[in-house]
Amino acid sequence: MSLLETKNLGIAFGGLRAVDNFSINIKEGELLGLIGPNGAGKTTIFNMLTGVYLPTEGSIYIDGKKINGKKPFQIVKMGIGRTFQNIRLFANLTVIENVKIAFHKDMTYNTFTGIFRLPKYWKEEDEITTKALELLSLFDMENDAENMAKNLPYGKQRKLEICRALATNPKLLLLDEPAAGMNPQETKELMETIHFIRDKFKVTVLLIEHDMNLVMGICERLVVIDYGMIIAKGTPDEIKSNKKVIEAYLGS
Amino acid sequence: MKKRLKDYGINFLAVVLSYLALRVIMYNGLINNYVQGVVVFAMINIIVAISLNIATGLLGQLALGHAGFMAVGAYTAGLFVKAVEYPLYIEMIMALILAGLAAGLSGLIIGIPALRLRGDYLGIVTLGFGEMIRYTIINLGDITGGASGLKRIPKMVGLNEVFIVLVIVITFVFLFIKSRHGRAIISIRENEIAAESIGIPTTFYKVYGFFISAFIAGVGGGLFAMYQRYLTPEKFRFMFSVELFIIVVFGGMGSITGTIFAGVFLAFLTEKLYEYDEVRLIIYAIMLILLMIFKSDGLLGRHEFSLVQTPRRIKNLFNKIKDRFKKGVA
Repeated sequence: MSLLETKNLGIAFGGLRAVDNFSINIKEGELLGLIGPNGAGKTTIFNMLTGVYLPTEGSIYIDGKKINGKKPFQIVKMGIGRTFQNIRLFANLTVIENVKIAFHKDMTYNTFTGIFRLPKYWKEEDEITTKALELLSLFDMENDAENMAKNLPYGKQRKLEICRALATNPKLLLLDEPAAGMNPQETKELMETIHFIRDKFKVTVLLIEHDMNLVMGICERLVVIDYGMIIAKGTPDEIKSNKKVIEAYLGS
Repeated sequence: MKKRLKDYGINFLAVVLSYLALRVIMYNGLINNYVQGVVVFAMINIIVAISLNIATGLLGQLALGHAGFMAVGAYTAGLFVKAVEYPLYIEMIMALILAGLAAGLSGLIIGIPALRLRGDYLGIVTLGFGEMIRYTIINLGDITGGASGLKRIPKMVGLNEVFIVLVIVITFVFLFIKSRHGRAIISIRENEIAAESIGIPTTFYKVYGFFISAFIAGVGGGLFAMYQRYLTPEKFRFMFSVELFIIVVFGGMGSITGTIFAGVFLAFLTEKLYEYDEVRLIIYAIMLILLMIFKSDGLLGRHEFSLVQTPRRIKNLFNKIKDRFKKGVA
Protein backbone atom coordinates (compact mmCIF):
# COMPACT_ATOMS: atom_id res chain seq x y z
CA MET A 1 0.00 0.00 0.00
CA SER A 2 1.21 3.48 -0.72
CA LEU A 3 2.04 5.77 2.15
CA LEU A 4 1.25 9.02 0.39
CA GLU A 5 -1.10 9.41 -2.49
CA THR A 6 -2.18 12.58 -4.21
CA LYS A 7 -4.94 12.68 -6.76
CA ASN A 8 -5.18 15.49 -9.30
CA LEU A 9 -3.80 17.92 -6.77
CA GLY A 10 -3.90 21.53 -7.88
CA ILE A 11 -3.76 25.03 -6.54
CA ALA A 12 -4.47 28.36 -8.14
CA PHE A 13 -3.43 31.73 -6.77
CA GLY A 14 -5.98 33.98 -8.44
CA GLY A 15 -5.58 33.26 -12.11
CA LEU A 16 -2.21 31.58 -11.75
CA ARG A 17 -2.27 27.80 -11.72
CA ALA A 18 0.83 27.11 -9.68
CA VAL A 19 0.32 23.35 -9.58
CA ASP A 20 -2.01 21.37 -11.75
CA ASN A 21 -3.08 17.77 -11.89
CA PHE A 22 -0.33 16.52 -9.61
CA SER A 23 -0.78 12.82 -8.90
CA ILE A 24 1.89 10.72 -7.24
CA ASN A 25 2.17 7.58 -5.21
CA ILE A 26 4.88 7.09 -2.65
CA LYS A 27 5.46 3.63 -1.29
CA GLU A 28 6.61 3.01 2.22
CA GLY A 29 10.38 3.20 2.62
CA GLU A 30 10.92 4.89 -0.68
CA LEU A 31 13.35 7.71 -1.35
CA LEU A 32 11.73 9.88 -3.94
CA GLY A 33 13.13 13.04 -5.52
CA LEU A 34 11.07 15.93 -6.75
CA ILE A 35 12.98 18.07 -9.21
CA GLY A 36 12.27 20.83 -11.65
CA PRO A 37 13.49 24.27 -12.68
CA ASN A 38 13.11 27.29 -10.39
CA GLY A 39 9.52 28.36 -9.99
CA ALA A 40 8.15 25.02 -11.17
CA GLY A 41 6.01 24.65 -8.04
CA LYS A 42 7.99 22.21 -5.93
CA THR A 43 7.82 24.10 -2.67
CA THR A 44 4.16 24.87 -3.34
CA ILE A 45 3.55 21.12 -3.45
CA PHE A 46 5.32 20.74 -0.09
CA ASN A 47 3.21 23.49 1.34
CA MET A 48 0.05 21.75 0.20
CA LEU A 49 1.18 18.41 1.61
CA THR A 50 1.87 19.99 5.00
CA GLY A 51 -1.29 22.03 5.14
CA VAL A 52 0.29 25.46 4.80
CA TYR A 53 -1.65 26.03 1.58
CA LEU A 54 -5.11 24.70 0.99
CA PRO A 55 -5.29 22.93 -2.38
CA THR A 56 -8.02 24.29 -4.62
CA GLU A 57 -8.61 20.88 -6.15
CA GLY A 58 -7.71 17.24 -5.76
CA SER A 59 -6.98 15.30 -2.62
CA ILE A 60 -4.10 14.03 -0.51
CA TYR A 61 -4.13 10.75 1.37
CA ILE A 62 -1.66 9.50 3.90
CA ASP A 63 -2.10 5.85 4.86
CA GLY A 64 -5.43 6.01 3.07
CA LYS A 65 -6.67 8.88 5.24
CA LYS A 66 -7.57 12.13 3.58
CA ILE A 67 -5.62 15.07 4.94
CA ASN A 68 -6.51 18.09 2.88
CA GLY A 69 -8.28 20.75 4.85
CA LYS A 70 -6.45 19.75 8.00
CA LYS A 71 -4.29 22.24 9.88
CA PRO A 72 -0.49 21.90 9.69
CA PHE A 73 -0.19 20.73 13.31
CA GLN A 74 -2.82 18.04 12.70
CA ILE A 75 -0.97 16.84 9.65
CA VAL A 76 2.21 16.56 11.73
CA LYS A 77 0.30 14.24 14.04
CA MET A 78 -0.66 12.09 11.07
CA GLY A 79 2.99 11.58 10.24
CA ILE A 80 4.40 14.19 7.90
CA GLY A 81 7.51 16.07 8.99
CA ARG A 82 9.34 18.69 6.99
CA THR A 83 12.32 20.98 6.73
CA PHE A 84 12.50 24.30 4.97
CA GLN A 85 14.44 25.65 2.04
CA ASN A 86 15.55 28.66 4.07
CA ILE A 87 16.39 27.20 7.46
CA ARG A 88 13.76 27.92 10.07
CA LEU A 89 15.21 27.08 13.43
CA PHE A 90 14.27 28.57 16.78
CA ALA A 91 17.42 30.65 16.55
CA ASN A 92 17.53 32.08 20.06
CA LEU A 93 16.93 28.78 21.82
CA THR A 94 19.46 26.09 22.56
CA VAL A 95 19.89 23.11 20.29
CA ILE A 96 18.27 20.73 22.73
CA GLU A 97 15.31 23.05 23.27
CA ASN A 98 14.77 23.09 19.51
CA VAL A 99 14.41 19.34 19.57
CA LYS A 100 12.39 19.24 22.79
CA ILE A 101 9.74 21.55 21.35
CA ALA A 102 9.18 19.02 18.60
CA PHE A 103 8.15 16.42 21.19
CA HIS A 104 5.28 18.66 22.24
CA LYS A 105 2.59 16.55 20.65
CA ASP A 106 3.75 13.41 22.46
CA MET A 107 3.35 15.01 25.86
CA THR A 108 0.10 15.08 27.74
CA TYR A 109 0.55 16.92 31.03
CA ASN A 110 -1.58 20.03 31.46
CA THR A 111 -0.72 23.52 32.64
CA PHE A 112 -1.57 22.75 36.25
CA THR A 113 0.72 19.72 36.34
CA GLY A 114 3.40 21.79 34.65
CA ILE A 115 3.27 24.66 37.10
CA PHE A 116 3.12 22.52 40.22
CA ARG A 117 5.79 20.15 38.92
CA LEU A 118 3.77 17.04 39.66
CA PRO A 119 5.43 13.65 39.07
CA LYS A 120 3.96 13.39 35.59
CA TYR A 121 5.81 16.57 34.61
CA TRP A 122 9.17 15.16 35.64
CA LYS A 123 8.45 11.82 34.04
CA GLU A 124 7.57 13.27 30.66
CA GLU A 125 10.23 15.98 30.75
CA ASP A 126 12.98 13.51 31.67
CA GLU A 127 11.76 11.19 28.96
CA ILE A 128 11.99 13.79 26.21
CA THR A 129 15.33 15.10 27.47
CA THR A 130 16.76 11.61 27.11
CA LYS A 131 15.11 11.14 23.75
CA ALA A 132 16.31 14.50 22.48
CA LEU A 133 19.89 13.77 23.56
CA GLU A 134 19.75 10.36 21.92
CA LEU A 135 18.53 11.90 18.71
CA LEU A 136 21.24 14.56 18.81
CA SER A 137 23.95 12.01 19.45
CA LEU A 138 22.88 10.09 16.34
CA PHE A 139 23.84 13.21 14.43
CA ASP A 140 27.02 13.79 16.46
CA MET A 141 25.57 16.91 17.95
CA GLU A 142 25.23 15.99 21.61
CA ASN A 143 28.12 18.32 22.46
CA ASP A 144 26.26 21.23 20.93
CA ALA A 145 23.13 20.60 22.99
CA GLU A 146 23.52 23.71 25.12
CA ASN A 147 24.64 26.01 22.30
CA MET A 148 22.32 28.52 20.73
CA ALA A 149 20.92 27.26 17.46
CA LYS A 150 21.94 30.47 15.70
CA ASN A 151 25.59 29.93 16.63
CA LEU A 152 25.84 26.59 14.85
CA PRO A 153 27.71 26.36 11.56
CA TYR A 154 25.50 26.15 8.51
CA GLY A 155 25.80 22.41 7.94
CA LYS A 156 24.87 21.67 11.53
CA GLN A 157 21.88 23.97 11.34
CA ARG A 158 20.62 21.89 8.43
CA LYS A 159 21.20 18.75 10.44
CA LEU A 160 19.43 20.20 13.44
CA GLU A 161 16.42 21.02 11.32
CA ILE A 162 16.26 17.43 10.10
CA CYS A 163 16.75 16.26 13.66
CA ARG A 164 13.86 18.41 14.84
CA ALA A 165 11.62 17.11 12.08
CA LEU A 166 12.52 13.53 13.05
CA ALA A 167 11.59 14.23 16.65
CA THR A 168 7.96 14.48 15.57
CA ASN A 169 8.31 10.82 14.59
CA PRO A 170 7.17 11.19 10.98
CA LYS A 171 6.34 8.39 8.58
CA LEU A 172 7.08 10.69 5.68
CA LEU A 173 9.87 13.24 5.78
CA LEU A 174 9.81 16.13 3.34
CA LEU A 175 13.19 17.74 2.76
CA ASP A 176 13.16 21.04 0.92
CA GLU A 177 16.55 21.55 -0.73
CA PRO A 178 18.62 20.12 2.10
CA ALA A 179 21.88 20.65 0.21
CA ALA A 180 21.29 24.30 -0.64
CA GLY A 181 24.41 26.29 0.11
CA MET A 182 26.54 23.30 0.99
CA ASN A 183 29.95 22.56 -0.43
CA PRO A 184 30.60 19.18 -2.15
CA GLN A 185 32.06 17.67 1.02
CA GLU A 186 29.04 18.70 3.10
CA THR A 187 26.71 17.45 0.39
CA LYS A 188 28.40 14.08 0.49
CA GLU A 189 27.94 13.90 4.23
CA LEU A 190 24.32 14.91 3.83
CA MET A 191 23.73 12.06 1.39
CA GLU A 192 25.05 9.64 3.95
CA THR A 193 22.89 11.22 6.61
CA ILE A 194 19.75 10.86 4.50
CA HIS A 195 20.50 7.22 3.83
CA PHE A 196 21.18 6.68 7.48
CA ILE A 197 17.91 8.36 8.52
CA ARG A 198 15.91 6.23 6.18
CA ASP A 199 17.40 2.98 7.42
CA LYS A 200 17.47 3.91 11.08
CA PHE A 201 14.05 5.53 11.40
CA LYS A 202 12.28 3.50 8.71
CA VAL A 203 11.04 6.76 7.31
CA THR A 204 9.98 7.49 3.77
CA VAL A 205 11.70 10.49 2.23
CA LEU A 206 10.52 12.92 -0.39
CA LEU A 207 13.10 15.51 -1.27
CA ILE A 208 13.39 18.56 -3.43
CA GLU A 209 16.87 19.21 -4.68
CA HIS A 210 18.78 21.08 -7.31
CA ASP A 211 22.06 19.32 -6.77
CA MET A 212 21.88 16.67 -9.48
CA ASN A 213 24.75 14.67 -8.03
CA LEU A 214 22.81 14.27 -4.83
CA VAL A 215 19.51 13.52 -6.49
CA MET A 216 20.89 11.02 -8.96
CA GLY A 217 23.03 9.46 -6.26
CA ILE A 218 20.40 8.62 -3.70
CA CYS A 219 16.90 8.78 -5.12
CA GLU A 220 15.32 5.59 -6.34
CA ARG A 221 12.67 7.35 -8.30
CA LEU A 222 12.28 10.88 -9.57
CA VAL A 223 9.34 13.07 -10.42
CA VAL A 224 10.07 16.06 -12.62
CA ILE A 225 7.74 19.01 -12.77
CA ASP A 226 7.73 22.13 -14.86
CA TYR A 227 5.19 24.94 -14.81
CA GLY A 228 3.25 23.08 -12.16
CA MET A 229 2.78 19.90 -14.15
CA ILE A 230 4.47 16.54 -14.03
CA ILE A 231 6.55 16.10 -17.15
CA ALA A 232 8.32 12.88 -16.29
CA LYS A 233 8.53 10.09 -13.74
CA GLY A 234 11.04 7.30 -13.51
CA THR A 235 14.41 6.06 -12.32
CA PRO A 236 17.37 8.48 -12.40
CA ASP A 237 18.70 6.82 -15.55
CA GLU A 238 15.40 7.16 -17.36
CA ILE A 239 15.13 10.80 -16.31
CA LYS A 240 18.65 11.60 -17.48
CA SER A 241 17.77 10.63 -21.02
CA ASN A 242 14.25 12.02 -21.05
CA LYS A 243 13.87 14.61 -23.79
CA LYS A 244 11.26 16.70 -22.03
CA VAL A 245 13.40 16.98 -18.93
CA ILE A 246 16.43 18.09 -20.87
CA GLU A 247 14.29 20.66 -22.62
CA ALA A 248 12.89 21.95 -19.38
CA TYR A 249 16.31 22.36 -17.87
CA LEU A 250 18.27 23.55 -20.85
CA GLY A 251 15.57 25.18 -22.92
CA SER A 252 14.68 24.04 -26.40
CA MET B 1 16.26 14.90 42.14
CA LYS B 2 18.52 16.15 44.94
CA LYS B 3 19.98 18.82 42.71
CA ARG B 4 16.53 19.97 41.75
CA LEU B 5 15.49 20.36 45.36
CA LYS B 6 18.70 22.27 46.06
CA ASP B 7 18.02 24.64 43.17
CA TYR B 8 14.49 25.30 44.35
CA GLY B 9 15.82 25.71 47.88
CA ILE B 10 18.26 28.42 46.84
CA ASN B 11 15.53 30.41 45.15
CA PHE B 12 13.14 29.95 48.05
CA LEU B 13 15.81 31.10 50.47
CA ALA B 14 16.46 34.18 48.36
CA VAL B 15 12.77 35.09 48.42
CA VAL B 16 12.59 34.69 52.20
CA LEU B 17 15.75 36.71 52.68
CA SER B 18 14.59 39.57 50.48
CA TYR B 19 11.30 39.62 52.36
CA LEU B 20 13.09 39.72 55.70
CA ALA B 21 15.34 42.50 54.45
CA LEU B 22 12.28 44.48 53.46
CA ARG B 23 10.72 43.94 56.89
CA VAL B 24 13.86 44.86 58.78
CA ILE B 25 14.18 48.07 56.85
CA MET B 26 10.56 48.90 57.61
CA TYR B 27 10.71 48.09 61.32
CA ASN B 28 13.77 50.21 61.82
CA GLY B 29 11.83 53.09 60.43
CA LEU B 30 14.29 53.53 57.62
CA ILE B 31 11.43 53.90 55.21
CA ASN B 32 8.24 55.76 55.91
CA ASN B 33 4.75 55.21 54.59
CA TYR B 34 5.45 57.33 51.58
CA VAL B 35 8.37 55.20 50.47
CA GLN B 36 6.34 52.11 51.22
CA GLY B 37 3.74 53.38 48.76
CA VAL B 38 6.43 53.82 46.14
CA VAL B 39 7.62 50.26 46.71
CA VAL B 40 4.10 48.86 46.45
CA PHE B 41 3.33 50.68 43.22
CA ALA B 42 6.67 49.55 41.83
CA MET B 43 5.75 45.95 42.63
CA ILE B 44 2.33 46.32 41.00
CA ASN B 45 3.92 47.86 37.92
CA ILE B 46 6.34 44.94 37.81
CA ILE B 47 3.46 42.46 37.90
CA VAL B 48 1.73 44.16 34.98
CA ALA B 49 5.01 44.62 33.10
CA ILE B 50 5.70 40.89 33.50
CA SER B 51 2.28 40.16 32.03
CA LEU B 52 3.11 42.45 29.12
CA ASN B 53 6.43 40.67 28.72
CA ILE B 54 4.57 37.37 28.33
CA ALA B 55 2.66 38.79 25.37
CA THR B 56 5.52 40.69 23.74
CA GLY B 57 8.69 38.98 24.90
CA LEU B 58 7.62 35.36 25.04
CA LEU B 59 4.76 35.13 22.59
CA GLY B 60 6.27 37.79 20.34
CA GLN B 61 3.11 39.77 19.72
CA LEU B 62 3.13 43.54 19.96
CA ALA B 63 0.51 44.48 22.55
CA LEU B 64 -0.04 48.10 23.51
CA GLY B 65 -3.24 47.86 25.51
CA HIS B 66 -2.21 46.37 28.82
CA ALA B 67 -3.39 49.39 30.75
CA GLY B 68 -6.83 48.36 29.49
CA PHE B 69 -6.57 44.83 30.89
CA MET B 70 -5.28 46.26 34.13
CA ALA B 71 -8.27 48.61 34.23
CA VAL B 72 -10.68 45.73 33.75
CA GLY B 73 -9.05 43.90 36.65
CA ALA B 74 -8.94 46.99 38.84
CA TYR B 75 -12.59 47.89 38.40
CA THR B 76 -13.73 44.29 38.76
CA ALA B 77 -11.85 43.92 42.04
CA GLY B 78 -12.90 47.36 43.23
CA LEU B 79 -16.58 46.78 42.57
CA PHE B 80 -16.41 43.29 44.04
CA VAL B 81 -14.88 44.28 47.36
CA LYS B 82 -17.27 47.20 47.64
CA ALA B 83 -20.26 44.95 47.10
CA VAL B 84 -19.51 41.95 49.33
CA GLU B 85 -18.41 41.33 52.88
CA TYR B 86 -16.35 38.18 53.52
CA PRO B 87 -13.42 37.45 55.80
CA LEU B 88 -10.53 39.65 54.71
CA TYR B 89 -8.21 37.17 53.01
CA ILE B 90 -10.95 35.15 51.37
CA GLU B 91 -12.42 38.30 49.93
CA MET B 92 -9.02 39.48 48.76
CA ILE B 93 -8.18 36.21 47.03
CA MET B 94 -11.61 36.02 45.43
CA ALA B 95 -11.28 39.60 44.23
CA LEU B 96 -7.90 38.91 42.68
CA ILE B 97 -9.09 35.76 40.93
CA LEU B 98 -12.17 37.56 39.63
CA ALA B 99 -10.03 40.47 38.48
CA GLY B 100 -7.77 38.06 36.62
CA LEU B 101 -10.65 36.19 35.04
CA ALA B 102 -12.42 39.37 33.91
CA ALA B 103 -9.22 40.69 32.35
CA GLY B 104 -8.47 37.27 30.88
CA LEU B 105 -11.91 37.16 29.33
CA SER B 106 -11.43 40.56 27.75
CA GLY B 107 -8.06 39.25 26.57
CA LEU B 108 -9.84 36.38 24.83
CA ILE B 109 -12.42 38.70 23.28
CA ILE B 110 -9.72 40.88 21.79
CA GLY B 111 -7.22 38.09 21.20
CA ILE B 112 -9.28 35.64 19.17
CA PRO B 113 -9.93 38.05 16.30
CA ALA B 114 -6.86 40.28 16.70
CA LEU B 115 -4.15 37.62 16.95
CA ARG B 116 -4.65 36.89 13.27
CA LEU B 117 -2.93 40.20 12.71
CA ARG B 118 0.80 40.64 12.89
CA GLY B 119 3.19 43.22 14.23
CA ASP B 120 2.09 46.83 13.93
CA TYR B 121 -1.50 45.93 13.10
CA LEU B 122 -1.93 43.95 16.27
CA GLY B 123 -0.32 46.82 18.17
CA ILE B 124 -2.83 49.28 16.75
CA VAL B 125 -5.81 47.03 17.53
CA THR B 126 -4.71 46.42 21.13
CA LEU B 127 -4.01 50.12 21.55
CA GLY B 128 -7.51 50.92 20.35
CA PHE B 129 -8.94 48.25 22.59
CA GLY B 130 -7.24 49.74 25.64
CA GLU B 131 -8.81 53.10 24.88
CA MET B 132 -12.18 51.46 24.28
CA ILE B 133 -12.09 49.98 27.75
CA ARG B 134 -11.28 53.36 29.23
CA TYR B 135 -14.16 55.04 27.45
CA THR B 136 -16.51 52.24 28.39
CA ILE B 137 -15.57 52.82 32.02
CA ILE B 138 -16.13 56.56 31.67
CA ASN B 139 -19.52 56.03 30.07
CA LEU B 140 -20.72 53.43 32.53
CA GLY B 141 -20.91 56.17 35.14
CA ASP B 142 -23.66 54.52 37.16
CA ILE B 143 -21.53 51.49 37.91
CA THR B 144 -17.97 52.71 37.72
CA GLY B 145 -18.31 56.28 38.89
CA GLY B 146 -17.45 57.54 35.41
CA ALA B 147 -14.78 60.17 34.94
CA SER B 148 -14.83 61.19 38.58
CA GLY B 149 -13.74 57.72 39.55
CA LEU B 150 -14.62 54.81 41.81
CA LYS B 151 -14.24 55.91 45.43
CA ARG B 152 -14.14 54.34 48.88
CA ILE B 153 -12.87 50.92 47.96
CA PRO B 154 -12.07 49.09 51.21
CA LYS B 155 -8.35 48.73 51.82
CA MET B 156 -7.62 45.05 51.41
CA VAL B 157 -3.90 44.77 50.70
CA GLY B 158 -0.67 46.18 52.01
CA LEU B 159 2.98 45.69 51.29
CA ASN B 160 2.97 42.09 52.53
CA GLU B 161 0.12 40.93 50.35
CA VAL B 162 1.45 42.67 47.26
CA PHE B 163 4.89 41.15 47.87
CA ILE B 164 3.43 37.67 48.20
CA VAL B 165 1.35 38.03 45.05
CA LEU B 166 4.40 39.31 43.19
CA VAL B 167 6.41 36.29 44.29
CA ILE B 168 3.57 33.96 43.28
CA VAL B 169 3.28 35.60 39.86
CA ILE B 170 7.02 35.42 39.20
CA THR B 171 7.17 31.79 40.34
CA PHE B 172 4.15 30.90 38.25
CA VAL B 173 5.59 32.52 35.14
CA PHE B 174 8.98 30.84 35.55
CA LEU B 175 7.49 27.41 36.10
CA PHE B 176 5.19 28.00 33.17
CA ILE B 177 8.02 28.97 30.81
CA LYS B 178 9.88 25.78 31.61
CA SER B 179 6.94 23.56 30.78
CA ARG B 180 5.82 22.27 27.41
CA HIS B 181 3.22 25.02 27.17
CA GLY B 182 5.77 27.73 27.79
CA ARG B 183 8.12 26.23 25.23
CA ALA B 184 5.31 26.13 22.68
CA ILE B 185 4.64 29.82 23.27
CA ILE B 186 8.31 30.74 22.92
CA SER B 187 8.58 28.70 19.73
CA ILE B 188 5.86 30.92 18.22
CA ARG B 189 7.98 33.97 18.97
CA GLU B 190 10.99 32.33 17.39
CA ASN B 191 9.38 31.13 14.21
CA GLU B 192 5.68 30.64 13.82
CA ILE B 193 5.84 28.64 10.60
CA ALA B 194 8.44 26.26 12.01
CA ALA B 195 6.44 25.87 15.21
CA GLU B 196 3.41 24.84 13.23
CA SER B 197 5.48 22.45 11.11
CA ILE B 198 6.47 20.44 14.17
CA GLY B 199 2.99 20.10 15.54
CA ILE B 200 2.39 23.16 17.73
CA PRO B 201 -1.21 24.38 17.43
CA THR B 202 -0.10 27.98 17.07
CA THR B 203 -3.50 29.66 17.06
CA PHE B 204 -4.43 27.96 20.30
CA TYR B 205 -1.18 28.89 22.02
CA LYS B 206 -1.33 32.48 20.86
CA VAL B 207 -4.76 32.91 22.36
CA TYR B 208 -3.72 30.96 25.46
CA GLY B 209 -0.61 33.08 25.97
CA PHE B 210 -2.63 36.22 25.51
CA PHE B 211 -5.17 34.99 28.05
CA ILE B 212 -2.48 34.35 30.66
CA SER B 213 -0.94 37.73 29.95
CA ALA B 214 -4.28 39.51 30.37
CA PHE B 215 -5.06 37.45 33.48
CA ILE B 216 -1.89 38.57 35.25
CA ALA B 217 -2.44 42.17 34.17
CA GLY B 218 -5.89 41.90 35.74
CA VAL B 219 -4.43 40.59 39.00
CA GLY B 220 -2.06 43.56 39.02
CA GLY B 221 -5.03 45.84 38.47
CA GLY B 222 -6.90 44.17 41.33
CA LEU B 223 -4.00 44.81 43.69
CA PHE B 224 -3.86 48.39 42.53
CA ALA B 225 -7.55 48.94 43.26
CA MET B 226 -7.36 47.42 46.72
CA TYR B 227 -4.24 49.33 47.69
CA GLN B 228 -5.02 52.70 46.18
CA ARG B 229 -8.70 52.55 47.26
CA TYR B 230 -9.58 54.98 44.53
CA LEU B 231 -9.75 54.44 40.76
CA THR B 232 -10.03 56.88 37.90
CA PRO B 233 -10.05 56.05 34.21
CA GLU B 234 -7.31 58.68 33.80
CA LYS B 235 -4.78 56.32 35.35
CA PHE B 236 -5.23 53.78 32.54
CA ARG B 237 -4.43 56.06 29.66
CA PHE B 238 -2.44 54.96 26.66
CA MET B 239 0.65 56.58 28.17
CA PHE B 240 0.50 54.10 31.02
CA SER B 241 0.63 51.23 28.54
CA VAL B 242 3.67 52.91 27.07
CA GLU B 243 5.30 53.21 30.48
CA LEU B 244 4.79 49.49 31.01
CA PHE B 245 6.24 48.89 27.60
CA ILE B 246 9.29 50.96 28.49
CA ILE B 247 9.88 48.73 31.53
CA VAL B 248 9.72 45.64 29.34
CA VAL B 249 11.98 47.04 26.62
CA PHE B 250 14.40 48.32 29.22
CA GLY B 251 14.73 45.00 30.97
CA GLY B 252 14.85 43.03 27.78
CA MET B 253 11.96 41.51 25.88
CA GLY B 254 11.63 37.91 26.92
CA SER B 255 13.53 38.28 30.18
CA ILE B 256 11.33 38.15 33.27
CA THR B 257 14.19 38.98 35.61
CA GLY B 258 15.11 41.86 33.32
CA THR B 259 11.60 43.24 33.77
CA ILE B 260 11.96 43.02 37.54
CA PHE B 261 15.27 44.90 37.57
CA ALA B 262 14.01 47.50 35.13
CA GLY B 263 10.78 47.92 37.12
CA VAL B 264 12.68 48.60 40.33
CA PHE B 265 15.16 50.88 38.64
CA LEU B 266 12.58 52.95 36.77
CA ALA B 267 10.35 53.24 39.85
CA PHE B 268 13.15 54.83 41.83
CA LEU B 269 14.20 56.98 38.94
CA THR B 270 10.66 58.25 38.54
CA GLU B 271 10.59 58.98 42.23
CA LYS B 272 13.86 60.91 42.13
CA LEU B 273 12.64 62.90 39.16
CA TYR B 274 9.29 63.62 40.75
CA GLU B 275 10.01 67.33 41.10
CA TYR B 276 11.01 67.70 37.49
CA ASP B 277 8.09 66.00 35.84
CA GLU B 278 8.60 67.68 32.45
CA VAL B 279 12.17 66.45 32.24
CA ARG B 280 11.24 62.92 33.24
CA LEU B 281 10.02 61.77 29.85
CA ILE B 282 12.98 63.42 28.15
CA ILE B 283 15.33 61.49 30.40
CA TYR B 284 13.38 58.30 29.70
CA ALA B 285 13.71 58.97 26.00
CA ILE B 286 17.43 59.64 26.21
CA MET B 287 17.94 56.47 28.23
CA LEU B 288 15.98 54.44 25.72
CA ILE B 289 17.95 55.87 22.82
CA LEU B 290 21.23 55.11 24.56
CA LEU B 291 20.00 51.61 25.33
CA MET B 292 18.95 51.03 21.72
CA ILE B 293 22.38 52.14 20.53
CA PHE B 294 24.51 50.20 22.98
CA LYS B 295 22.39 47.24 23.95
CA SER B 296 19.45 46.99 21.62
CA ASP B 297 17.82 44.01 23.28
CA GLY B 298 17.53 45.55 26.74
CA LEU B 299 19.48 45.13 29.94
CA LEU B 300 19.37 41.36 30.05
CA GLY B 301 18.37 40.63 26.47
CA ARG B 302 16.57 37.33 26.45
CA HIS B 303 18.64 35.93 29.30
CA GLU B 304 17.38 35.33 32.76
CA PHE B 305 19.28 36.15 35.89
CA SER B 306 19.25 33.00 37.97
CA LEU B 307 20.69 32.45 41.41
CA VAL B 308 21.56 28.92 40.37
CA GLN B 309 22.69 29.32 36.78
CA THR B 310 24.30 32.74 36.72
CA PRO B 311 27.09 31.95 39.23
CA ARG B 312 27.86 28.80 37.24
CA ARG B 313 27.98 30.80 34.04
CA ILE B 314 30.24 33.43 35.59
CA LYS B 315 32.51 30.69 36.87
CA ASN B 316 32.70 29.20 33.38
CA LEU B 317 33.47 32.59 31.94
CA PHE B 318 36.27 33.11 34.46
CA ASN B 319 37.74 29.72 33.61
CA LYS B 320 37.65 30.57 29.94
CA ILE B 321 39.39 33.87 30.52
CA LYS B 322 41.97 32.13 32.67
CA ASP B 323 42.59 29.57 29.94
CA ARG B 324 43.01 32.24 27.36
CA PHE B 325 45.34 34.13 29.63
CA LYS B 326 47.45 31.05 30.24
CA LYS B 327 47.64 30.38 26.53
CA GLY B 328 48.65 33.98 25.98
CA VAL B 329 51.46 33.63 28.49
CA ALA B 330 52.67 30.39 26.98
